[in-house]
Amino acid sequence: MPATQNQGWLDFEQPLVELLDRLEEVTALGAAQEVERIQKQIEELKLKLYSQLTPWQRVQMARHPRRPYTLDYIERICNDFVELHGDRAFGDDPAIIAGLGKIDTVPFAIVGHQKGRDTKEKLARNFGMPHPEGYRKALRIMDLAARFEVPILCLVDTPGAYPGIGAEERGQAEAIARNLREMALLEVPIIVIVTGEGGSGGALAIAVGDRILMQENAVYSVISPEGCAAILWRDGSKAEEAAAVLKMTAPDLLSLGVIDEIVPEPPGGAHQDWDEAAKLLKKAVLANYYYLNTLPGSELVSRRIARFNSIGVFQTPENNPRQ
Amino acid sequence: MPDSESRVKPADTLWQRCNGCGEIIYRKTLESNFHVCNRCGYHFRIGPEEYIRIILDENSWEELDADLIAGDPLRFPKYPEKLREARQKTGRNDAFSYGRGMCGRIPVVFGVMDFGFIGGSMGSVVGEKVARAIRLARKESRPLIIVATSGGARMQEGIISLMQMAKTSAELGLLRQARVPYIAIPVDPCTAGVMASFASLGDVIISEPNALLGFAGQRVIEDTIGEKLPPGFQRAEFMLRHGLVDVVVPRRNLKETVVRILSVLWYRHQSL
Ligand SMILES: [Zn+2]
Repeated sequence: MPATQNQGWLDFEQPLVELLDRLEEVTALGAAQEVERIQKQIEELKLKLYSQLTPWQRVQMARHPRRPYTLDYIERICNDFVELHGDRAFGDDPAIIAGLGKIDTVPFAIVGHQKGRDTKEKLARNFGMPHPEGYRKALRIMDLAARFEVPILCLVDTPGAYPGIGAEERGQAEAIARNLREMALLEVPIIVIVTGEGGSGGALAIAVGDRILMQENAVYSVISPEGCAAILWRDGSKAEEAAAVLKMTAPDLLSLGVIDEIVPEPPGGAHQDWDEAAKLLKKAVLANYYYLNTLPGSELVSRRIARFNSIGVFQTPENNPRQ
Repeated sequence: MPDSESRVKPADTLWQRCNGCGEIIYRKTLESNFHVCNRCGYHFRIGPEEYIRIILDENSWEELDADLIAGDPLRFPKYPEKLREARQKTGRNDAFSYGRGMCGRIPVVFGVMDFGFIGGSMGSVVGEKVARAIRLARKESRPLIIVATSGGARMQEGIISLMQMAKTSAELGLLRQARVPYIAIPVDPCTAGVMASFASLGDVIISEPNALLGFAGQRVIEDTIGEKLPPGFQRAEFMLRHGLVDVVVPRRNLKETVVRILSVLWYRHQSL
Protein backbone atom coordinates (compact mmCIF):
# COMPACT_ATOMS: atom_id res chain seq x y z
CA MET A 1 0.00 0.00 0.00
CA PRO A 2 1.54 3.37 -0.95
CA ALA A 3 2.24 5.41 2.15
CA THR A 4 0.81 8.55 0.70
CA GLN A 5 -2.56 7.07 0.04
CA ASN A 6 -3.86 8.95 3.04
CA GLN A 7 -6.25 6.40 4.40
CA GLY A 8 -6.34 4.75 7.73
CA TRP A 9 -3.59 6.68 9.44
CA LEU A 10 -4.12 7.44 13.11
CA ASP A 11 -4.51 10.96 14.44
CA PHE A 12 -1.17 10.97 16.19
CA GLU A 13 0.50 9.88 12.93
CA GLN A 14 -0.64 12.91 10.92
CA PRO A 15 2.71 14.76 11.13
CA LEU A 16 4.34 11.65 9.68
CA VAL A 17 1.83 11.44 6.84
CA GLU A 18 2.65 15.03 5.90
CA LEU A 19 6.33 14.19 5.72
CA LEU A 20 5.66 11.06 3.69
CA ASP A 21 3.61 13.12 1.23
CA ARG A 22 6.38 15.69 1.03
CA LEU A 23 8.91 12.90 0.42
CA GLU A 24 6.85 11.62 -2.49
CA GLU A 25 6.69 15.10 -4.02
CA VAL A 26 10.42 15.78 -3.82
CA THR A 27 11.23 12.27 -5.04
CA ALA A 28 9.11 12.94 -8.12
CA LEU A 29 11.03 16.19 -8.66
CA GLY A 30 14.33 14.31 -8.37
CA ALA A 31 15.64 16.65 -5.69
CA ALA A 32 18.17 14.23 -4.20
CA GLN A 33 19.39 16.45 -1.38
CA GLU A 34 15.89 17.32 -0.28
CA VAL A 35 14.92 13.65 -0.40
CA GLU A 36 17.73 12.77 1.94
CA ARG A 37 16.84 15.59 4.31
CA ILE A 38 13.20 14.51 4.56
CA GLN A 39 14.10 10.86 4.95
CA LYS A 40 16.18 11.83 7.93
CA GLN A 41 13.29 13.87 9.35
CA ILE A 42 11.02 10.87 8.91
CA GLU A 43 13.34 8.57 10.82
CA GLU A 44 13.59 11.08 13.64
CA LEU A 45 9.86 11.62 13.77
CA LYS A 46 9.17 7.88 13.85
CA LEU A 47 11.47 7.52 16.78
CA LYS A 48 9.65 10.31 18.55
CA LEU A 49 6.13 9.13 17.71
CA TYR A 50 6.47 5.43 18.35
CA SER A 51 9.12 4.91 20.98
CA GLN A 52 6.84 5.57 23.94
CA LEU A 53 3.37 4.52 22.94
CA THR A 54 0.65 4.54 25.58
CA PRO A 55 -1.38 1.33 26.08
CA TRP A 56 -4.27 2.89 24.19
CA GLN A 57 -1.99 3.85 21.28
CA ARG A 58 -0.84 0.21 21.21
CA VAL A 59 -4.47 -0.83 20.90
CA GLN A 60 -4.82 1.57 17.98
CA MET A 61 -1.65 0.22 16.40
CA ALA A 62 -2.88 -3.35 16.82
CA ARG A 63 -6.11 -2.35 15.06
CA HIS A 64 -4.35 -0.16 12.50
CA PRO A 65 -6.28 -0.23 9.22
CA ARG A 66 -2.98 -0.36 7.34
CA ARG A 67 -1.53 -3.21 9.41
CA PRO A 68 -0.65 -6.38 7.50
CA TYR A 69 -3.13 -9.22 7.98
CA THR A 70 -2.69 -12.98 7.90
CA LEU A 71 -2.77 -13.34 4.10
CA ASP A 72 -0.30 -10.46 3.71
CA TYR A 73 2.13 -12.37 5.91
CA ILE A 74 1.47 -15.73 4.27
CA GLU A 75 2.20 -14.19 0.87
CA ARG A 76 5.56 -12.97 2.15
CA ILE A 77 6.79 -15.81 4.31
CA CYS A 78 5.37 -18.86 2.61
CA ASN A 79 6.06 -20.67 -0.67
CA ASP A 80 3.34 -22.51 -2.57
CA PHE A 81 0.62 -21.93 0.01
CA VAL A 82 -2.56 -23.88 -0.65
CA GLU A 83 -5.58 -22.55 1.17
CA LEU A 84 -7.99 -25.22 2.36
CA HIS A 85 -11.61 -24.48 3.00
CA GLY A 86 -14.53 -25.58 5.10
CA ASP A 87 -15.36 -27.50 8.25
CA ARG A 88 -16.90 -30.49 6.41
CA ALA A 89 -20.11 -29.91 8.29
CA PHE A 90 -21.64 -26.49 7.81
CA GLY A 91 -19.57 -24.18 5.63
CA ASP A 92 -16.45 -22.18 5.07
CA ASP A 93 -15.69 -19.21 7.29
CA PRO A 94 -13.76 -16.46 5.49
CA ALA A 95 -12.79 -14.94 8.87
CA ILE A 96 -10.30 -17.77 9.31
CA ILE A 97 -7.61 -18.81 6.85
CA ALA A 98 -6.24 -22.34 6.96
CA GLY A 99 -3.85 -24.11 4.65
CA LEU A 100 -0.54 -25.77 3.91
CA GLY A 101 2.73 -24.39 2.65
CA LYS A 102 6.44 -24.15 3.23
CA ILE A 103 8.41 -21.51 5.06
CA ASP A 104 11.86 -21.75 3.48
CA THR A 105 12.08 -25.53 3.27
CA VAL A 106 10.02 -26.29 6.37
CA PRO A 107 6.50 -27.58 5.77
CA PHE A 108 3.82 -25.87 7.86
CA ALA A 109 0.09 -25.81 8.41
CA ILE A 110 -0.91 -22.20 8.89
CA VAL A 111 -4.14 -20.98 10.43
CA GLY A 112 -5.01 -17.38 11.17
CA HIS A 113 -7.78 -14.86 11.56
CA GLN A 114 -8.35 -12.73 8.50
CA LYS A 115 -9.65 -9.17 8.50
CA GLY A 116 -10.75 -7.31 5.39
CA ARG A 117 -9.06 -4.24 3.96
CA ASP A 118 -11.87 -2.37 2.19
CA THR A 119 -15.54 -2.19 3.17
CA LYS A 120 -16.58 -5.01 0.89
CA GLU A 121 -13.86 -7.35 2.09
CA LYS A 122 -14.39 -6.34 5.72
CA LEU A 123 -17.98 -7.51 5.44
CA ALA A 124 -16.98 -10.68 3.60
CA ARG A 125 -14.43 -11.48 6.32
CA ASN A 126 -16.87 -10.42 9.06
CA PHE A 127 -14.20 -8.05 10.46
CA GLY A 128 -12.10 -11.06 11.38
CA MET A 129 -14.72 -12.39 13.80
CA PRO A 130 -15.11 -16.14 13.25
CA HIS A 131 -18.19 -18.31 13.47
CA PRO A 132 -18.00 -21.85 14.90
CA GLU A 133 -17.32 -23.31 11.44
CA GLY A 134 -14.16 -21.18 11.30
CA TYR A 135 -12.81 -22.69 14.51
CA ARG A 136 -13.83 -26.16 13.31
CA LYS A 137 -12.01 -25.62 10.02
CA ALA A 138 -8.92 -24.50 11.91
CA LEU A 139 -9.04 -27.61 14.08
CA ARG A 140 -9.58 -29.86 11.08
CA ILE A 141 -6.43 -28.54 9.43
CA MET A 142 -4.39 -28.59 12.64
CA ASP A 143 -5.43 -32.18 13.26
CA LEU A 144 -4.49 -33.01 9.67
CA ALA A 145 -1.09 -31.45 10.23
CA ALA A 146 -0.53 -33.40 13.44
CA ARG A 147 -1.32 -36.71 11.77
CA PHE A 148 1.42 -36.06 9.21
CA GLU A 149 3.89 -34.60 11.70
CA VAL A 150 3.66 -31.13 10.22
CA PRO A 151 4.28 -28.18 12.57
CA ILE A 152 1.59 -25.54 13.01
CA LEU A 153 1.77 -21.75 12.84
CA CYS A 154 -1.16 -19.74 14.21
CA LEU A 155 -1.54 -16.04 13.45
CA VAL A 156 -3.94 -14.35 15.84
CA ASP A 157 -5.75 -11.13 14.92
CA THR A 158 -9.41 -10.84 15.87
CA PRO A 159 -11.66 -8.51 17.86
CA GLY A 160 -13.28 -11.73 19.13
CA ALA A 161 -15.52 -14.62 18.18
CA TYR A 162 -18.68 -13.33 16.51
CA PRO A 163 -21.61 -12.71 18.85
CA GLY A 164 -24.58 -13.53 16.63
CA ILE A 165 -27.63 -15.76 16.36
CA GLY A 166 -26.17 -18.28 13.90
CA ALA A 167 -22.94 -18.47 15.89
CA GLU A 168 -24.88 -19.42 19.03
CA GLU A 169 -27.11 -21.87 17.17
CA ARG A 170 -24.07 -23.67 15.83
CA GLY A 171 -22.24 -23.80 19.16
CA GLN A 172 -19.69 -20.99 19.33
CA ALA A 173 -18.83 -21.93 22.92
CA GLU A 174 -18.42 -25.61 22.07
CA ALA A 175 -16.26 -24.89 19.04
CA ILE A 176 -13.88 -22.74 21.07
CA ALA A 177 -13.78 -25.16 24.00
CA ARG A 178 -13.05 -28.13 21.76
CA ASN A 179 -10.16 -26.31 20.09
CA LEU A 180 -8.65 -25.54 23.49
CA ARG A 181 -8.81 -29.19 24.49
CA GLU A 182 -7.63 -30.63 21.18
CA MET A 183 -4.82 -28.15 20.54
CA ALA A 184 -3.35 -29.09 23.91
CA LEU A 185 -2.95 -32.67 22.70
CA LEU A 186 -1.50 -32.22 19.19
CA GLU A 187 1.90 -33.89 19.05
CA VAL A 188 3.59 -31.38 16.75
CA PRO A 189 5.21 -28.00 17.41
CA ILE A 190 2.64 -25.19 17.61
CA ILE A 191 3.92 -21.64 17.27
CA VAL A 192 1.43 -18.89 18.02
CA ILE A 193 1.99 -15.25 17.07
CA VAL A 194 -0.47 -12.54 18.03
CA THR A 195 -0.07 -10.16 15.10
CA GLY A 196 -2.81 -7.65 15.90
CA GLU A 197 -5.77 -7.94 18.22
CA GLY A 198 -5.86 -10.93 20.56
CA GLY A 199 -9.55 -10.67 21.36
CA SER A 200 -10.41 -13.00 24.25
CA GLY A 201 -11.74 -16.54 23.70
CA GLY A 202 -12.03 -15.92 19.98
CA ALA A 203 -8.26 -15.44 19.88
CA LEU A 204 -7.39 -18.18 22.37
CA ALA A 205 -9.28 -20.74 20.29
CA ILE A 206 -6.30 -20.84 17.90
CA ALA A 207 -3.65 -19.84 20.43
CA VAL A 208 -2.85 -22.89 22.53
CA GLY A 209 0.77 -23.50 21.62
CA ASP A 210 4.29 -24.36 22.68
CA ARG A 211 5.67 -20.95 21.98
CA ILE A 212 3.41 -17.92 22.26
CA LEU A 213 4.75 -14.74 20.72
CA MET A 214 3.39 -11.25 20.27
CA GLN A 215 4.41 -8.65 17.77
CA GLU A 216 5.63 -5.46 19.33
CA ASN A 217 2.39 -3.58 18.75
CA ALA A 218 -0.07 -6.40 19.23
CA VAL A 219 -2.46 -6.58 22.18
CA TYR A 220 -4.04 -9.59 23.90
CA SER A 221 -6.81 -9.36 26.45
CA VAL A 222 -9.70 -11.12 28.13
CA ILE A 223 -12.02 -8.24 27.17
CA SER A 224 -11.83 -5.22 24.87
CA PRO A 225 -10.95 -1.93 26.56
CA GLU A 226 -14.35 -0.61 25.45
CA GLY A 227 -16.12 -3.57 27.08
CA CYS A 228 -14.07 -3.23 30.24
CA ALA A 229 -14.81 0.50 30.49
CA ALA A 230 -18.52 -0.16 30.02
CA ILE A 231 -18.48 -2.62 32.94
CA LEU A 232 -16.15 -0.66 35.24
CA TRP A 233 -17.37 2.85 34.73
CA ARG A 234 -20.54 2.29 32.67
CA ASP A 235 -18.86 4.39 30.03
CA GLY A 236 -17.43 2.79 26.89
CA SER A 237 -15.65 6.02 25.99
CA LYS A 238 -13.21 5.49 28.84
CA ALA A 239 -11.52 2.78 26.82
CA GLU A 240 -8.24 4.65 26.98
CA GLU A 241 -8.09 4.23 30.76
CA ALA A 242 -9.30 0.64 30.55
CA ALA A 243 -6.50 -0.22 28.12
CA ALA A 244 -3.97 0.70 30.79
CA VAL A 245 -5.79 -1.16 33.55
CA LEU A 246 -6.07 -4.40 31.53
CA LYS A 247 -2.29 -4.78 30.97
CA MET A 248 -2.78 -5.99 27.43
CA THR A 249 0.38 -4.91 25.59
CA ALA A 250 3.17 -7.26 24.57
CA PRO A 251 5.56 -6.04 27.30
CA ASP A 252 2.75 -6.49 29.87
CA LEU A 253 2.12 -10.08 28.81
CA LEU A 254 5.80 -10.86 28.78
CA SER A 255 6.18 -9.65 32.35
CA LEU A 256 3.03 -11.57 33.39
CA GLY A 257 4.68 -14.71 32.01
CA VAL A 258 1.89 -15.40 29.52
CA ILE A 259 3.99 -15.00 26.37
CA ASP A 260 7.53 -16.15 25.57
CA GLU A 261 8.85 -13.51 23.26
CA ILE A 262 8.15 -10.20 21.54
CA VAL A 263 8.59 -10.15 17.77
CA PRO A 264 10.05 -6.81 16.68
CA GLU A 265 8.38 -4.68 14.04
CA PRO A 266 10.00 -2.23 11.61
CA PRO A 267 10.45 1.36 12.91
CA GLY A 268 7.02 2.90 13.38
CA GLY A 269 5.18 -0.42 13.28
CA ALA A 270 4.37 -3.24 10.89
CA HIS A 271 2.16 -1.02 8.73
CA GLN A 272 5.13 1.11 7.64
CA ASP A 273 6.86 -1.76 5.87
CA TRP A 274 5.00 -5.03 5.32
CA ASP A 275 8.00 -6.79 3.76
CA GLU A 276 10.26 -6.00 6.68
CA ALA A 277 7.55 -6.94 9.18
CA ALA A 278 7.13 -10.29 7.42
CA LYS A 279 10.88 -10.86 7.41
CA LEU A 280 11.08 -10.33 11.17
CA LEU A 281 8.07 -12.56 11.73
CA LYS A 282 9.52 -15.33 9.58
CA LYS A 283 12.80 -15.18 11.43
CA ALA A 284 10.98 -15.66 14.75
CA VAL A 285 8.90 -18.54 13.38
CA LEU A 286 11.92 -20.46 12.11
CA ALA A 287 14.08 -19.86 15.18
CA ASN A 288 11.31 -21.21 17.39
CA TYR A 289 10.61 -24.08 15.05
CA TYR A 290 14.22 -25.25 15.05
CA TYR A 291 14.17 -25.25 18.83
CA LEU A 292 10.83 -27.09 19.18
CA ASN A 293 11.71 -29.59 16.49
CA THR A 294 14.32 -31.12 18.78
CA LEU A 295 11.58 -32.30 21.18
CA PRO A 296 9.51 -35.46 20.69
CA GLY A 297 5.75 -34.96 20.24
CA SER A 298 4.80 -36.42 23.62
CA GLU A 299 7.27 -34.10 25.32
CA LEU A 300 5.76 -31.11 23.49
CA VAL A 301 2.31 -32.04 24.77
CA SER A 302 3.34 -32.52 28.39
CA ARG A 303 5.30 -29.26 28.40
CA ARG A 304 2.43 -27.43 26.71
CA ILE A 305 -0.07 -28.62 29.32
CA ALA A 306 2.35 -27.88 32.16
CA ARG A 307 2.83 -24.40 30.78
CA PHE A 308 -0.86 -23.54 30.96
CA ASN A 309 -1.17 -25.30 34.30
CA SER A 310 1.47 -22.99 35.72
CA ILE A 311 -0.46 -19.83 34.82
CA GLY A 312 -2.41 -18.48 37.78
CA VAL A 313 -1.85 -16.27 40.79
CA PHE A 314 -3.28 -17.44 44.10
CA GLN A 315 -2.29 -18.17 47.64
CA THR A 316 -3.08 -20.50 50.50
CA PRO A 317 -3.94 -18.98 53.88
CA GLU A 318 -0.43 -19.52 55.24
CA ASN A 319 0.20 -16.53 53.00
CA ASN A 320 2.34 -18.53 50.74
CA PRO A 321 2.00 -16.80 47.37
CA ARG A 322 2.42 -19.09 44.44
CA GLN A 323 2.50 -18.23 40.80
CA MET B 1 -19.49 -13.53 59.84
CA PRO B 2 -21.59 -10.41 59.24
CA ASP B 3 -24.34 -11.05 56.76
CA SER B 4 -26.25 -8.17 55.21
CA GLU B 5 -29.04 -10.54 54.26
CA SER B 6 -29.78 -11.43 57.88
CA ARG B 7 -31.45 -8.06 58.19
CA VAL B 8 -34.09 -8.92 55.58
CA LYS B 9 -37.62 -8.59 57.02
CA PRO B 10 -39.11 -11.89 58.26
CA ALA B 11 -42.03 -11.60 55.86
CA ASP B 12 -39.63 -11.67 52.90
CA THR B 13 -37.85 -14.73 54.18
CA LEU B 14 -41.07 -16.69 54.60
CA TRP B 15 -42.51 -15.99 51.19
CA GLN B 16 -41.06 -15.79 47.73
CA ARG B 17 -42.59 -14.43 44.55
CA CYS B 18 -42.16 -16.73 41.52
CA ASN B 19 -40.23 -15.13 38.67
CA GLY B 20 -42.12 -17.37 36.27
CA CYS B 21 -45.79 -16.95 37.16
CA GLY B 22 -45.80 -14.28 39.87
CA GLU B 23 -47.37 -16.61 42.43
CA ILE B 24 -46.40 -15.98 46.05
CA ILE B 25 -44.92 -19.24 47.35
CA TYR B 26 -44.27 -20.33 50.92
CA ARG B 27 -40.53 -20.69 51.16
CA LYS B 28 -40.65 -24.03 52.96
CA THR B 29 -42.77 -25.42 50.12
CA LEU B 30 -40.21 -24.15 47.64
CA GLU B 31 -37.36 -25.77 49.54
CA SER B 32 -39.08 -29.11 49.73
CA ASN B 33 -39.64 -28.92 45.96
CA PHE B 34 -36.01 -28.41 44.88
CA HIS B 35 -36.63 -24.64 44.63
CA VAL B 36 -38.96 -25.20 41.70
CA CYS B 37 -42.35 -23.49 41.43
CA ASN B 38 -45.15 -26.00 41.91
CA ARG B 39 -47.44 -24.09 39.63
CA CYS B 40 -45.30 -23.19 36.58
CA GLY B 41 -42.13 -25.22 36.98
CA TYR B 42 -39.87 -22.18 37.19
CA HIS B 43 -36.43 -23.21 38.45
CA PHE B 44 -35.07 -20.73 40.99
CA ARG B 45 -31.31 -20.34 41.03
CA ILE B 46 -29.77 -22.26 43.89
CA GLY B 47 -26.34 -22.27 45.49
CA PRO B 48 -23.56 -24.84 45.86
CA GLU B 49 -24.94 -26.30 49.13
CA GLU B 50 -28.24 -27.13 47.46
CA TYR B 51 -26.53 -28.82 44.51
CA ILE B 52 -24.33 -30.80 46.86
CA ARG B 53 -27.44 -31.90 48.74
CA ILE B 54 -29.35 -32.72 45.55
CA ILE B 55 -26.64 -34.59 43.62
CA LEU B 56 -24.40 -36.24 46.20
CA ASP B 57 -25.32 -39.03 48.62
CA GLU B 58 -25.97 -37.84 52.16
CA ASN B 59 -22.87 -36.96 54.18
CA SER B 60 -20.50 -38.06 51.42
CA TRP B 61 -19.13 -34.59 50.54
CA GLU B 62 -15.52 -33.99 51.47
CA GLU B 63 -14.35 -30.61 50.21
CA LEU B 64 -10.76 -29.97 49.09
CA ASP B 65 -8.63 -26.85 48.74
CA ALA B 66 -11.34 -24.58 50.14
CA ASP B 67 -8.59 -22.29 51.35
CA LEU B 68 -7.13 -21.13 48.03
CA ILE B 69 -7.34 -17.36 47.78
CA ALA B 70 -7.08 -15.11 44.73
CA GLY B 71 -4.12 -12.81 44.18
CA ASP B 72 -4.33 -9.53 42.33
CA PRO B 73 -1.92 -9.99 39.41
CA LEU B 74 -2.95 -6.82 37.56
CA ARG B 75 -3.41 -4.65 40.65
CA PHE B 76 -6.82 -4.05 39.21
CA PRO B 77 -8.92 -1.17 40.59
CA LYS B 78 -10.98 -2.25 43.61
CA TYR B 79 -10.42 -5.99 43.04
CA PRO B 80 -9.29 -6.74 46.63
CA GLU B 81 -12.41 -4.97 47.95
CA LYS B 82 -14.59 -6.89 45.54
CA LEU B 83 -13.08 -10.17 46.68
CA ARG B 84 -13.53 -9.26 50.32
CA GLU B 85 -17.20 -8.42 49.76
CA ALA B 86 -17.78 -11.64 47.84
CA ARG B 87 -16.15 -13.68 50.60
CA GLN B 88 -18.34 -12.06 53.23
CA LYS B 89 -21.48 -12.47 51.18
CA THR B 90 -20.95 -16.14 50.30
CA GLY B 91 -18.77 -17.41 53.14
CA ARG B 92 -16.55 -18.91 50.45
CA ASN B 93 -13.04 -18.01 49.32
CA ASP B 94 -13.86 -18.08 45.61
CA ALA B 95 -16.46 -19.14 43.06
CA PHE B 96 -15.71 -22.87 42.81
CA SER B 97 -15.79 -25.70 45.34
CA TYR B 98 -14.75 -29.28 44.69
CA GLY B 99 -14.10 -32.47 46.52
CA ARG B 100 -14.76 -36.18 46.76
CA GLY B 101 -18.24 -37.54 47.16
CA MET B 102 -20.57 -40.38 46.34
CA CYS B 103 -23.33 -40.21 43.77
CA GLY B 104 -25.68 -43.19 43.79
CA ARG B 105 -22.95 -45.02 45.70
CA ILE B 106 -20.45 -44.34 42.92
CA PRO B 107 -17.30 -42.57 44.15
CA VAL B 108 -17.00 -39.32 42.16
CA VAL B 109 -15.19 -36.01 42.10
CA PHE B 110 -17.78 -33.27 42.36
CA GLY B 111 -17.37 -29.58 41.63
CA VAL B 112 -19.84 -26.72 41.79
CA MET B 113 -19.69 -23.01 41.05
CA ASP B 114 -21.23 -20.16 43.01
CA PHE B 115 -22.80 -17.49 40.80
CA GLY B 116 -23.08 -15.29 43.88
CA PHE B 117 -19.31 -14.94 44.00
CA ILE B 118 -18.49 -12.17 41.47
CA GLY B 119 -20.89 -13.71 38.96
CA GLY B 120 -19.23 -17.10 39.19
CA SER B 121 -16.36 -15.63 37.23
CA MET B 122 -13.27 -17.75 36.52
CA GLY B 123 -9.99 -16.31 37.71
CA SER B 124 -6.86 -18.10 38.89
CA VAL B 125 -8.50 -19.83 41.86
CA VAL B 126 -11.43 -21.20 39.88
CA GLY B 127 -9.13 -22.28 37.05
CA GLU B 128 -6.68 -23.94 39.42
CA LYS B 129 -9.36 -25.74 41.40
CA VAL B 130 -11.20 -26.95 38.31
CA ALA B 131 -7.87 -28.24 36.96
CA ARG B 132 -7.16 -29.96 40.30
CA ALA B 133 -10.63 -31.53 40.32
CA ILE B 134 -10.04 -32.91 36.83
CA ARG B 135 -6.62 -34.22 37.80
CA LEU B 136 -8.01 -35.86 40.95
CA ALA B 137 -10.70 -37.57 38.87
CA ARG B 138 -8.00 -38.92 36.55
CA LYS B 139 -5.57 -39.99 39.29
CA GLU B 140 -8.25 -41.72 41.39
CA SER B 141 -10.29 -42.91 38.43
CA ARG B 142 -13.48 -41.32 39.69
CA PRO B 143 -16.12 -39.92 37.32
CA LEU B 144 -16.18 -36.12 37.34
CA ILE B 145 -19.35 -34.07 37.78
CA ILE B 146 -19.25 -30.29 37.54
CA VAL B 147 -22.20 -27.92 38.02
CA ALA B 148 -21.22 -24.74 36.18
CA THR B 149 -22.81 -21.33 36.48
CA SER B 150 -20.80 -18.30 35.48
CA GLY B 151 -20.73 -15.04 33.59
CA GLY B 152 -17.32 -15.97 32.16
CA ALA B 153 -13.70 -15.15 32.77
CA ARG B 154 -12.87 -12.77 35.64
CA MET B 155 -12.06 -9.43 34.04
CA GLN B 156 -10.14 -8.28 37.12
CA GLU B 157 -7.45 -10.90 36.48
CA GLY B 158 -7.17 -9.95 32.82
CA ILE B 159 -5.22 -12.24 30.53
CA ILE B 160 -4.44 -14.59 33.44
CA SER B 161 -8.12 -15.46 33.68
CA LEU B 162 -8.37 -16.03 29.93
CA MET B 163 -5.58 -18.59 30.23
CA GLN B 164 -7.66 -20.58 32.75
CA MET B 165 -9.87 -21.57 29.83
CA ALA B 166 -6.90 -23.28 28.17
CA LYS B 167 -5.70 -24.74 31.47
CA THR B 168 -8.99 -26.44 32.34
CA SER B 169 -9.65 -27.63 28.78
CA ALA B 170 -6.17 -29.12 28.45
CA GLU B 171 -6.65 -31.10 31.67
CA LEU B 172 -9.95 -32.37 30.29
CA GLY B 173 -8.02 -33.63 27.26
CA LEU B 174 -5.96 -35.84 29.57
CA LEU B 175 -9.07 -37.01 31.44
CA ARG B 176 -10.65 -37.96 28.14
CA GLN B 177 -7.55 -39.92 27.12
CA ALA B 178 -7.70 -41.70 30.47
CA ARG B 179 -11.33 -42.68 29.71
CA VAL B 180 -12.79 -41.32 32.89
CA PRO B 181 -16.28 -39.91 32.28
CA TYR B 182 -17.08 -36.24 32.80
CA ILE B 183 -20.63 -35.03 33.23
CA ALA B 184 -21.01 -31.29 32.77
CA ILE B 185 -24.09 -29.64 34.23
CA PRO B 186 -24.25 -26.02 33.07
CA VAL B 187 -27.12 -24.29 34.87
CA ASP B 188 -28.68 -20.85 34.81
CA PRO B 189 -26.77 -18.79 33.77
CA CYS B 190 -23.65 -20.17 32.15
CA THR B 191 -21.99 -18.14 29.43
CA ALA B 192 -18.76 -16.83 27.91
CA GLY B 193 -15.39 -18.12 29.16
CA VAL B 194 -16.74 -20.97 31.28
CA MET B 195 -19.20 -22.13 28.62
CA ALA B 196 -16.39 -21.79 26.06
CA SER B 197 -14.18 -24.12 28.08
CA PHE B 198 -14.90 -26.87 30.62
CA ALA B 199 -18.70 -26.45 30.78
CA SER B 200 -19.02 -27.40 27.09
CA LEU B 201 -16.65 -30.35 27.22
CA GLY B 202 -18.68 -32.91 29.13
CA ASP B 203 -18.90 -36.40 27.69
CA VAL B 204 -22.52 -35.85 28.60
CA ILE B 205 -24.02 -32.39 29.10
CA ILE B 206 -27.12 -32.07 31.26
CA SER B 207 -29.02 -28.87 31.96
CA GLU B 208 -32.13 -27.62 33.72
CA PRO B 209 -35.29 -26.18 32.15
CA ASN B 210 -34.98 -22.61 30.86
CA ALA B 211 -31.32 -22.24 31.91
CA LEU B 212 -29.53 -19.49 29.96
CA LEU B 213 -26.53 -21.07 28.22
CA GLY B 214 -24.32 -19.71 25.48
CA PHE B 215 -21.21 -17.89 24.42
CA ALA B 216 -22.09 -14.23 23.99
CA GLY B 217 -24.22 -12.17 26.35
CA GLN B 218 -27.66 -11.30 25.05
CA ARG B 219 -27.09 -7.54 25.15
CA VAL B 220 -23.86 -7.87 23.22
CA ILE B 221 -25.62 -9.89 20.52
CA GLU B 222 -28.50 -7.41 20.31
CA ASP B 223 -26.08 -4.51 20.04
CA THR B 224 -24.11 -6.32 17.33
CA ILE B 225 -26.97 -7.43 15.12
CA GLY B 226 -29.20 -4.44 15.89
CA GLU B 227 -32.32 -6.41 16.67
CA LYS B 228 -34.15 -8.03 19.56
CA LEU B 229 -33.51 -11.70 20.20
CA PRO B 230 -36.34 -14.19 19.78
CA PRO B 231 -37.92 -15.57 22.97
CA GLY B 232 -36.22 -18.71 24.24
CA PHE B 233 -32.92 -17.80 22.58
CA GLN B 234 -29.95 -19.44 24.36
CA ARG B 235 -32.23 -21.27 26.76
CA ALA B 236 -31.57 -24.90 27.60
CA GLU B 237 -34.38 -26.08 25.30
CA PHE B 238 -32.85 -24.03 22.44
CA MET B 239 -29.48 -25.65 23.15
CA LEU B 240 -31.14 -29.07 23.13
CA ARG B 241 -32.84 -28.36 19.79
CA HIS B 242 -29.54 -27.24 18.28
CA GLY B 243 -27.71 -30.32 19.46
CA LEU B 244 -25.56 -28.58 22.04
CA VAL B 245 -26.73 -30.32 25.23
CA ASP B 246 -27.64 -33.97 25.66
CA VAL B 247 -30.60 -33.70 27.96
CA VAL B 248 -32.65 -31.14 29.86
CA VAL B 249 -34.20 -32.49 33.03
CA PRO B 250 -36.19 -30.96 35.89
CA ARG B 251 -34.06 -30.52 38.96
CA ARG B 252 -35.85 -33.26 40.86
CA ASN B 253 -34.61 -35.75 38.22
CA LEU B 254 -31.07 -34.41 38.01
CA LYS B 255 -29.42 -36.92 40.31
CA GLU B 256 -31.34 -39.85 38.92
CA THR B 257 -30.22 -38.90 35.41
CA VAL B 258 -26.58 -38.59 36.44
CA VAL B 259 -26.69 -41.94 38.21
CA ARG B 260 -28.33 -43.69 35.26
CA ILE B 261 -25.65 -42.40 32.89
CA LEU B 262 -22.77 -43.25 35.19
CA SER B 263 -24.17 -46.67 35.94
CA VAL B 264 -23.78 -47.41 32.23
CA LEU B 265 -20.54 -45.58 31.42
CA TRP B 266 -18.90 -46.74 34.65
CA TYR B 267 -20.46 -50.19 34.68
CA ARG B 268 -17.15 -52.03 34.33
CA HIS B 269 -15.51 -50.15 37.16
CA GLN B 270 -18.42 -50.66 39.53
CA SER B 271 -18.58 -54.38 39.00
CA LEU B 272 -14.88 -54.89 39.67
ZN1 LIG C 1 -44.26 -20.13 39.05
